[in-house]
Amino acid sequence: MTERVEQRAIISGIGISRIGRKTGLAGITLTAEASRQAIADAGLTPTDIDGIATIGDTPLDEVVADLGLDVGYTGGGFDTGGLLSPLMSAFVAVGSGRARHVLVYRTVLMMAGTIEAPPSDRDPDDESLWGVMGDMGPLLACHAYSAANWIGMQATRYMHLYGSTKEQLGWLAVNSRRNAALNPLAIYQEPMTIDDYMAARMISTPIGLYDCDVPVDGSIAIVVSAADHEPDCPNPAVRVASIGGSPSLGGWVDRPDYPAMAASDAAAQLWAGTDVRPGDVDIAEIYDGFTFLTFAWLEALGLCGRGEAGPFIEGATRIALDGQLPVNTYGGQLSAGRMHGYWVIHEAVLQLRGHAGPRQVAHPPEVAVTAAGGGPIAGAILLTR
Amino acid sequence: MSDVDHVRPEFRILPDPSMESGAFWAGGADGQLLIHHCNACGKFFHPPAPACFRCRSTDVGPQPVSGRATVATYTINRHQWFPGFPPPYVLAYVELAEQPDVRLTTNIVGCAVEDVHIGQEVEVMFEQWDDVWLPLFTPVAP
Repeated sequence: MTERVEQRAIISGIGISRIGRKTGLAGITLTAEASRQAIADAGLTPTDIDGIATIGDTPLDEVVADLGLDVGYTGGGFDTGGLLSPLMSAFVAVGSGRARHVLVYRTVLMMAGTIEAPPSDRDPDDESLWGVMGDMGPLLACHAYSAANWIGMQATRYMHLYGSTKEQLGWLAVNSRRNAALNPLAIYQEPMTIDDYMAARMISTPIGLYDCDVPVDGSIAIVVSAADHEPDCPNPAVRVASIGGSPSLGGWVDRPDYPAMAASDAAAQLWAGTDVRPGDVDIAEIYDGFTFLTFAWLEALGLCGRGEAGPFIEGATRIALDGQLPVNTYGGQLSAGRMHGYWVIHEAVLQLRGHAGPRQVAHPPEVAVTAAGGGPIAGAILLTR
Repeated sequence: MSDVDHVRPEFRILPDPSMESGAFWAGGADGQLLIHHCNACGKFFHPPAPACFRCRSTDVGPQPVSGRATVATYTINRHQWFPGFPPPYVLAYVELAEQPDVRLTTNIVGCAVEDVHIGQEVEVMFEQWDDVWLPLFTPVAP
């Protein structure tokens, strides 16, 4: 297959800040922590960084000022790759020669992005909660405020079609908690049984408390370099085999193939760009903002058949660290914390390097698939050693 | 007839009707569910748009439908997100009787939340908020 521009990029460095609940730390503090670590991990100093990309929250210019960067390339925002768009834009920037070392970061704060209740005496001309785009208008009008509601509907339809069960959703959460016990940065490390999962309070059927990820404060940084930096990398470089995204048409509701999601588009793009096949994948680090999203991704990516994710995950043996396809080896957003699609990248790099410590999968993996997003938002990246 | 009265919530975050969606949100004033119809290919589509996504014709406009629909999927919301609309309540996507690939986002009201199920036959009712008539659905009497 002809070389694609993203294949001229490598991941040379990774960094992760302190991860915590309501830390009170500023976004820039966490971002600088993760970024300095990632730059050093790549064998670089801040003066080597000539590009920067993020999806938002902590603005680029704050980070440029804090680290004293001199960048000629900035990327990011929401693009075809959903949450992973900044990373993909960095691959393309170094692959096309616009930059040599791009710092990509994702910083999340628990209290960001919450919707305030409209006051009862709201000024009718105040448009702060008005004019919502696309299918958000009808969803909010019906008090469907949370992705737990939207994904609850998706999961209900899916379970009706394929006979999947609530317990099957739960086994993903149990698997994640078991892996989180081996991750010192994970928020929830104490054991959780399937009975604990089933006993948790319901949020929006079938989504219960332990189907939802754990909001955290934290930052993850990734350094993307031109492939010829590899000999100078102090740690094993990770190659980019393929990327995939979605044009997000149809929103949450209006895809003709509902309850399938944009993940299907991203997976199709991913596999179209490489000779690697789903059967070659050694580990899967998959978005789990809600348990059901991992089910949707596993099927979209062809890692199991359509409608078969339930039996595939049930019992949490196939997806365990010593199973045929280890899934979310760091504990997932469900137990480690909601780093919004970036911990999957950090963990895939650690595993491919063989540096994952007590949770390192037994046979050093050569191919890792990563994916992030739900509903109309989807990005997937195939990484290899 | 419904076996549980629908209680109007204290507030809703209302949609912002556009040139295209205006008729959809206002149809309830005349007791009508108005869905965009393509006069070229004869199909309904939703959400309303200036051109038919199937055949690209711009000869499109709102037409009344029966208001009958089937529950395609739902969720029983049990978490209180805001004061003013206590749980439990049911969110649903319903498929129109005239054309099942036209889906609306709605609440199922007028029955116990546990009675809602996929395939359930429902019919439209409207809840008025200023110039918006929100289409909600309630089970059809057996």
